[in-house]
Amino acid sequence: MLGLNKRDTRFLLIVIALTLLTPFILQPFPEGSALAQFNAGYPDLMQRIAIFGIFAIGFNILFGLTGYLSFGHAAFLGVGSYSVVWMYKLLDYNVLPGLVLAIITSGLFALAIGYLSLRRSGIYFSILTLAFAQMSFNLAYSVLTPITNGETGLQVYTSDPQYLMSEGEPITPHLFGLVMNESYKLNLGGWVFTFNIGYYFTAVIAILAFYLSLRIFRSPFGLMLRAVKSNQTRLNYTGLNARPYTLAAFVISGMYAGLAGGLLAAMDPLAGAERMQWTESGAVVIMTILGGAGTLMGPVLGAGFIKYLEKIFSKINENVLEGWFSFLPEPLREVVVWIFSRFTGEGWALTLGLMFMLVVIFLPGGLMEGGERIRNLIRRKKNKPGDGASPDGTPAE
Amino acid sequence: MDAILLQILNGLDKGSAYALIALGLTLIFGTLGVVNFAHGALFMIGAFCAVTLQRLLSLSYVTIDETRTDFLGNPLKVKTPYVESWFGPEIGQALIDWSVPLSILFAIPVMVGLGFLIERGLIKHFYKRPHADQILVTFGLAIVLQEIVKFIYGANPIPTPAPEAFSGSFDFGVLIGFEPNAIIYPYWRMIYFVFALIIIGAVFAFLRFTTFGMVVRAGMADRETVGLLGINIDRRFTIMFGVAAAVAGLAGVMYTPINSPNYHMGMDFLVLSFVVVVVGGMGSLPGAVLAGFLLGILESFASMNEVKSIVPGIDQIIIYLVAIVILLTRPRGLMGRKGVMEE
Amino acid sequence: MSKTKLTRRGVLKTGAAAGTGLALPTIFTGAAWSASDTGFTNAPTGPTVTLGFNVPQSGPYADEGADELRAYMLAVEHLNGEGDGGMLNSFSSKALNGTGILGKKVEYVTGDTQTKSDAARASARSMIEKDGAIMITGGSSSGVAIAVQGLCQEAGVIFMAGLTHSNDTTGKDKKANGFRHFFNAYMSGAALAPVLAKRYGTDRKAYHLTADYTWGWTQEESIRAATEALGWETVNTVKTPLSATDFSSYIAPVLNSGADVLILNHYGGNMVNSLTNAVQFGLRDKIVNGKKFEIVVPLYSRLMAQGAGENVKGILGTTNWHWTLDRPGTKEFVQSFGKKYGRPPSQAAHTCYVQTLLYADAVQRAGSFNPCAVVEALEGFEFDGMGNGPTLYRADDHQCFKDVLVVQGKENPTSEFDLLEIVDITPVEQVTYPPDHPMFAGGDLGTCNPGA
Repeated sequence: MLGLNKRDTRFLLIVIALTLLTPFILQPFPEGSALAQFNAGYPDLMQRIAIFGIFAIGFNILFGLTGYLSFGHAAFLGVGSYSVVWMYKLLDYNVLPGLVLAIITSGLFALAIGYLSLRRSGIYFSILTLAFAQMSFNLAYSVLTPITNGETGLQVYTSDPQYLMSEGEPITPHLFGLVMNESYKLNLGGWVFTFNIGYYFTAVIAILAFYLSLRIFRSPFGLMLRAVKSNQTRLNYTGLNARPYTLAAFVISGMYAGLAGGLLAAMDPLAGAERMQWTESGAVVIMTILGGAGTLMGPVLGAGFIKYLEKIFSKINENVLEGWFSFLPEPLREVVVWIFSRFTGEGWALTLGLMFMLVVIFLPGGLMEGGERIRNLIRRKKNKPGDGASPDGTPAE
Repeated sequence: MDAILLQILNGLDKGSAYALIALGLTLIFGTLGVVNFAHGALFMIGAFCAVTLQRLLSLSYVTIDETRTDFLGNPLKVKTPYVESWFGPEIGQALIDWSVPLSILFAIPVMVGLGFLIERGLIKHFYKRPHADQILVTFGLAIVLQEIVKFIYGANPIPTPAPEAFSGSFDFGVLIGFEPNAIIYPYWRMIYFVFALIIIGAVFAFLRFTTFGMVVRAGMADRETVGLLGINIDRRFTIMFGVAAAVAGLAGVMYTPINSPNYHMGMDFLVLSFVVVVVGGMGSLPGAVLAGFLLGILESFASMNEVKSIVPGIDQIIIYLVAIVILLTRPRGLMGRKGVMEE
Repeated sequence: MSKTKLTRRGVLKTGAAAGTGLALPTIFTGAAWSASDTGFTNAPTGPTVTLGFNVPQSGPYADEGADELRAYMLAVEHLNGEGDGGMLNSFSSKALNGTGILGKKVEYVTGDTQTKSDAARASARSMIEKDGAIMITGGSSSGVAIAVQGLCQEAGVIFMAGLTHSNDTTGKDKKANGFRHFFNAYMSGAALAPVLAKRYGTDRKAYHLTADYTWGWTQEESIRAATEALGWETVNTVKTPLSATDFSSYIAPVLNSGADVLILNHYGGNMVNSLTNAVQFGLRDKIVNGKKFEIVVPLYSRLMAQGAGENVKGILGTTNWHWTLDRPGTKEFVQSFGKKYGRPPSQAAHTCYVQTLLYADAVQRAGSFNPCAVVEALEGFEFDGMGNGPTLYRADDHQCFKDVLVVQGKENPTSEFDLLEIVDITPVEQVTYPPDHPMFAGGDLGTCNPGA
């Protein structure tokens, strides 16, 4: 189907099912229960996971296949966001023109930056991309304020022209009248599931993006990129010039980043300069490695994992913890709450750092390897009942 | 003329900090082949060694002064540092006043120990792993170290002044025949620059003139062959990691009077120090030092009003612009060796 | 199906979901932002009401955020009738009675803004979408405040700004659903000018160092206008990068420029570093143009003063409030806060506490949580007993007008919190400006948005 073999088709179908059922999957606990704190099925987070999934999928096309580690992809994210908000300001709140522009401008940016940066390899390449992105960020924050609105972030004002704006058109981002922040709620027993138009819009794009990357991974082009990773010198000896291929990969992944940035602004009509900062570039690198670089699903998992941790853990304050442990006697409760609050609420970053270390130490292949191991474990159990727990976990080396 | 001289001086102390951090980073790159994203955090921990010693020396006992009240209307609690009651107020005050220079002695064992711990406990397992994994694990470590410091000391910067004797500035311009006030330079920045030169000199001498250094340099060039010669290179590499951590830590200790340390100062320097190292060229210690001073001085020049009026915002991007120009004209930075971190 | 809540809508929805799955979501009668049929976003239906406290918990302003959070928790306690009641005892409006808001117990959720507009908006959205927050408050920088204010306007909830000092928050970027109790850059300039004239004379030459982003620019503009009106000359204005940590290369040329006053339009870590560097360069020991060289920091906070240590002594600036200010409400608040947390509150804590009470009071007086009713109740509201003296929430731009404090770093602090002393209190008339003042022009309040 769709030019995929049987296995890939099944894989794609699973991905589609997972994406469409996300509002259920991320909402496993009934409303009002103590565990509802861990529910993540609200529009903003679902959208963010899908969008950063797209960002990471694109990044993986460059890093996972060619091994070129870009530290400047946030620049394209920012460019995409600015493009979309500018289209809101000039035309109207329809997201489509902006998204198209976002892909084009980020592609052009990627072409220019990639053309220069790809003259070097290894860490020299990384630092070149980092330098370009940091320059973009610093300028967007200060000198370029007329275009970017600097610190405050680019947003739509009532005084903006909006030439295509018609009577009665929604005044928030929409796709031909489908308003992005509109949601439908489904009450099932104690559960509340939220279906958000914006999420499904990003989900469909994410599936297309995933499909495209699947095709790239399986194509001769993808094979060529892998060859660049394994041994570029040897490739050069065969008379092939690897540069056009890596540049193409760079531009494609830049366009993915631009699309992701555009979608961020399509869900929430604001473009801030911080999106271009190196920490964002670093975040996508970390999402990809955390999930499993070079695998198809890994980066998406990594993106979801980090965004979930960031948004959910930072909201567990001492008040919530008090509620959870209210069954404990007073002195003990205080101790337990104190310990937990080091890792949640304002301590969420500590948990993030620890998770990075634990995953990379114990799962060299990222979260994907964790999934693989669990699957093997189950399979082994099935084959040999009785021979259950096998000593698992290869040492870190 | 005086304006240019002034900015060269300013560049020197900025460059000193860059050079010291880059030096340690290059030692780790060059000897161990590890991309250490926790290096900025080591710089920060060094700075907090100074804060810790200051706090330790200022540990106080409380007496209640009935004649005065605090903000709640209760009797005021007056704190007297123990050192003042042990050694008398004068020596006690002097000890607290000199806590930053004293921290050097305190920071060296702490940083070397921390370096050993990190190398043996963590980095060792990552020598053969891809650079990407090294980045992830050291970045995670940096966050953890940072959060621990934030938990203990809070997020606000903590003032750690230089000893009274070195506060203020002297008029450098008058010495060389300029108008008064044309070129002023704070004492402590001068000390920082000299201190950096001493540390850099010591590291170079150590690598150049000791057998240990010779083996390490050989290891940097060709690790396998050195290993085949039956030399235990691993142990030496552990020591090198400790040395690199100490260099970063000392750079942090001495930096505290220049700017009050806070828990994320390491992240502020991290990106910059990577740029410095790469501009200097991978695996080259002189390159790292040279690039540190070069970028420091250029950054100072770019912040001159005369320059900014020609190119607005140039001071925002100068470091990155220079990095791009150098890397595009010289493939391996200023003094990089072929084949290091190029794949 | 048997477990389904049997409301008519519930049955309709589950029926549709069971029947057609996800194929036909349009069957649901849905609306934006999860509204029920009450006419506004997140209308509280149960016995409780949820407020969203959105403060920086990571990044450079984390300590400020922690202090804001302390104030919010104290405000919730007082609203629910626990503790000693704090400012409820001194507040001129007596609508609140310690039984929550409109009889509903106040609950709260917290989030981390990370001092980034993106993260702050995401955090605010999760409070609105996931937790059903009816009001969002907090923030410790203007970029964040403006971004979150815009979001609340779109979502149809009230935004009670925390610490935000830029003119734009209630100027170019003002929104009908947003309210600011904190003062702004214009007021700082207007309040500072008379004191500067008295202390340093009217014949001065000023050199500005300004953080290169929106807040810095509005402050520079405001201070410049105020000092030039005194007769001061502005020698130079230099922009410094936000990311700068070492300001030596910006400070070194100051002495040579002929200026005799340095004005630092910096905040937070930038201010701590630039002031520390300026003192290091010995600027304050110099005599230029026959006058003693002076440094001015227009916006002060106690946390910044703590970071800069000895260097703040004798340096003039302005604050919104200080715990030594002798006005009705201050004592009640400082006692209450001090007993609970063992330290006096910062000005950020004060403004956040007051904003929470003001919101609750407005709802109580309006008799409804509907944002439009709240806006109406707050617009033109005059009150006292909140620590600042008589205060007006102006209807034209949702900015509070009250006296502004001019403070200076204390020479002999008695404790780590006793770093600033009040030099002068500039009366409200001198800091009031017309709503169409050029520094605040270009914005449009719009109309209140109750959401769905």
